[in-house]
Amino acid sequence: MSESDPAATVVRVDDLRVTFPTMDGEVRAVDGLSFEVPAGGGLGIVGESGSGKSVTSLALMGLHRGTRAEITGGIEVVGNDVVAASDKRLRRMRGNDIAMVFQDPMQSLHPQYTIGNQLIEALRVHRSQVSRSKARERAIESLERVGIPEPAKRINSYPHEFSGGMRQRVLIAMGLMCDPKVLLADEPTTALDVTVQAQILDLLDELRRDLDMGLILVSHDLAVVAGSVDEVVVMRHGRAVERGDVRHVLSEPEHPYTQALLDAVPRVEVSRAQRRARDRADRKERKNGEKQSRTAREEVEGPPKGATAFPAFSSAAEGAGKGEPLLRVSDLSQSFKVRGGLWGRSSDFWAVKGVSFELRWGETLGIVGESGSGKSTVSRMIMRLLEPTAGTVEFQGRDITHLPERRMRPLRKQIQMVFQNPYSSLNPRLTIGESIGTALRVQGERDGKKIRGQVQDLLERVGLEPNHYNRFPHAFSGGQRQRIAIARALILKPKLIICDEPVSALDVSTQDQVLRLLSELQDDFGLTYIFVAHDLAVVRQVSDRVAVMRKGEVVEMGDSDAVYENPRSDYTQQLLTAAPVLDPDEARRLRAERVRQRAAG
Amino acid sequence: MLTYILRRLGAGLLLLAVVTMVTFAIFYVVPRWAGRTTEQLATMYVGRAPTPEAIQATIERLGLDQPIAVQFGEFVRGIFFGAQYRFGGETIECAAPCFGYSFQTYQEVFPEVLARLPVTGSLALGAGVIWLVGGIAVGVISAVWKGSLFDRLAMAVALAGVSLPIFFTGLLALAFLVHSWGLFGTPGYVPFTQDPFGWVQGLLLPWLTLAFLHAAMYARQTRAGMLEALSEDYIRTARAKGLSESKVVLKHALRPTLTPIVTIFGLDLGLVLGGAVLTEQVFSLNGIGRYAVQAITQSDLPVILGVTLFGAFFIVICNLIVDLVYPLIDPRVRVHG
Repeated sequence: MSESDPAATVVRVDDLRVTFPTMDGEVRAVDGLSFEVPAGGGLGIVGESGSGKSVTSLALMGLHRGTRAEITGGIEVVGNDVVAASDKRLRRMRGNDIAMVFQDPMQSLHPQYTIGNQLIEALRVHRSQVSRSKARERAIESLERVGIPEPAKRINSYPHEFSGGMRQRVLIAMGLMCDPKVLLADEPTTALDVTVQAQILDLLDELRRDLDMGLILVSHDLAVVAGSVDEVVVMRHGRAVERGDVRHVLSEPEHPYTQALLDAVPRVEVSRAQRRARDRADRKERKNGEKQSRTAREEVEGPPKGATAFPAFSSAAEGAGKGEPLLRVSDLSQSFKVRGGLWGRSSDFWAVKGVSFELRWGETLGIVGESGSGKSTVSRMIMRLLEPTAGTVEFQGRDITHLPERRMRPLRKQIQMVFQNPYSSLNPRLTIGESIGTALRVQGERDGKKIRGQVQDLLERVGLEPNHYNRFPHAFSGGQRQRIAIARALILKPKLIICDEPVSALDVSTQDQVLRLLSELQDDFGLTYIFVAHDLAVVRQVSDRVAVMRKGEVVEMGDSDAVYENPRSDYTQQLLTAAPVLDPDEARRLRAERVRQRAAG
Repeated sequence: MLTYILRRLGAGLLLLAVVTMVTFAIFYVVPRWAGRTTEQLATMYVGRAPTPEAIQATIERLGLDQPIAVQFGEFVRGIFFGAQYRFGGETIECAAPCFGYSFQTYQEVFPEVLARLPVTGSLALGAGVIWLVGGIAVGVISAVWKGSLFDRLAMAVALAGVSLPIFFTGLLALAFLVHSWGLFGTPGYVPFTQDPFGWVQGLLLPWLTLAFLHAAMYARQTRAGMLEALSEDYIRTARAKGLSESKVVLKHALRPTLTPIVTIFGLDLGLVLGGAVLTEQVFSLNGIGRYAVQAITQSDLPVILGVTLFGAFFIVICNLIVDLVYPLIDPRVRVHG
């Protein structure tokens, strides 16, 4: 640390420790963290949830004050000693020397003030001599800088009148108001679509270079920081497990955790076959190890009692002889009435328009698209949770588009769904055993003991413990909850499972585990999946075929390797250049490519 | 925006019509269900020492033997075009907004209510300002210094305020503050136009008493809302800008807190404008509430009906105003207009 020139260092963190006193003693959120950022430099802080990365970024802003966090060590930001400085001094620093861009721009902008008001305020709090009209000019300038179209008009809009990506730009514009030396971005792209994410990252990179501003980019995703920073800190349980040049850390990680994290990141260049081969090999290895430990245990304890495995079934084998596909969707459309205009005149909005595909037994169809592309609407229509406006859904050769609910019910057990948010899709007042078992009860099973036995077997099958039966959802982590959701879908031995963004709310390593589980289950039970997601890399690795959706229509469909390697439509190409990649040089090349595309189009 | 206003106005008018119907039904239909005969109803209009002839005459005069629909029609017609009653050989004119005529006091209801409106209005508006400002201020301080002595004390007092009825606090205040210690003058109403100082002096104690009850509720509501707002992400953004704590609290956290408070303020003010019954009774203020109490003790049906309608009218109006002000407070409401 002593070798660097102190004048050129804008942020210096030295042996930072942040502890929270709790009933069970102290919790160390950050434990001995050190790094520094040179003027104009870029640092990435990467870690999964609970790694202490957000606590660190709040501490950098001095926003730990007023909470119960206790801080020791040194934080110096542009000459301010954040640990010791007075509150007044810290306020002068915030927004002026270092500005922060938060995650989730909807929550982070005040819903009741215009963005102009909020931008002007950010400037005038530090430059009270600037007149309102001058501040307004500056705000328009700043909005223009971050790429808000018609900034002079939009300055009077409220946050809810912008899209997610535009709101994130507004937040960045707000950070730029006082020309800070450092911009601290905490998960600035987590809630955004791939193409928008790429735009925001490009913008941050461009600003950093043009304004010679230091950038600290905090993210759970190594691929997000790869192309945007020079140095990276990998955090785990409050400690920096690895720190160094981004190229070095990503290509030759020294710490096993970094290695594991890198392995877990889904890569868009890895194909379905490659992934499958790897997963199967891993599984075999694990099984052998388990067998050995089990036989050792059985020698002591005897064979496990009453362990009946979840009854095997294979839906693919059943359908193998039949010539027809499991599901055929033709010309499926969905329109919604939208009210608008001065007199509340309503117009039709087509969420899905003319989608057709066939789904073969035992395959996985990936549906990839950005928000608003209609991908979730399609899956809801197949589930008959939404009545299609036009088109037909045929399941096992039978038209179920307008089947009355009474006749639909027996079919429901053959089509199941796994939802995105494992936090809100499980009833918090039911034990997970009840949650999973209800489906059996609804389908007519009366024997409580039998239900319990089946649910417990299944819990074991998805990697949980049978004695979890009586616990409530809040006792589980996100990954475990998603396993519960999968068990709930599986209990009825369905033929088709629709997974709607099943891993997008999870950390990369958990995401990897859930994907493995899904692929194992497919192997064992011959399941057919429709896998809906916005993440191109994830979709490629699980899908035999892929449909790319945009604005309610399928723009491209085909074998996944073909689509990813030789995309025919411009949109797919655009998505692929926007997808974050782990190789820093590749990331920069793609960025240059995007800049060229944007300049051209 | 225009559709929004029109729709709100329409809904307000409809609500008033429904309220009129329901109130009318309560006073003229429900008693019959309870077994009252037409004669008994008529007795209430006649006044002292009714003779059978007088009762019969009253029934005919008021059309009590007519079908309910006709009676209601007559009543509504009276509101728009005025009504006439023949009484003891002479004809009584009840001018255009005729909300009924009291045969016990021999007065039209509407002018009587109007005459008392300044008293109730002064009481309601003064108390309203005090409880709104006081309640919000206490709530904000409590939220910012959550868990402090002030917070705990204020919330205890607020609990007392919500629980103690006016006839208890009011009488205590009268006994000690006015009579024993002489800190306040005797409560009473002096028109503002006559003597602004006397107006304040006479109403100060009623204001405080009435405000105490409501302020308590507002303090609790504000505190809860502020605590929620202070944990929002945009408050963190505001702090990250380098704003001072007072600006964070008063500009960024208070505004979203005020939105639900404006809603209940509209309701409460409308309620009090329709007659602060207990307060007026305790402090002997001759307002609409007291008029209602007198009418009820004398079973003066037309007056009760009139006052009830008036109260409903104020609540509807205040809610309408709240609805129209709402988009100004919360811009998100505007999109759905």
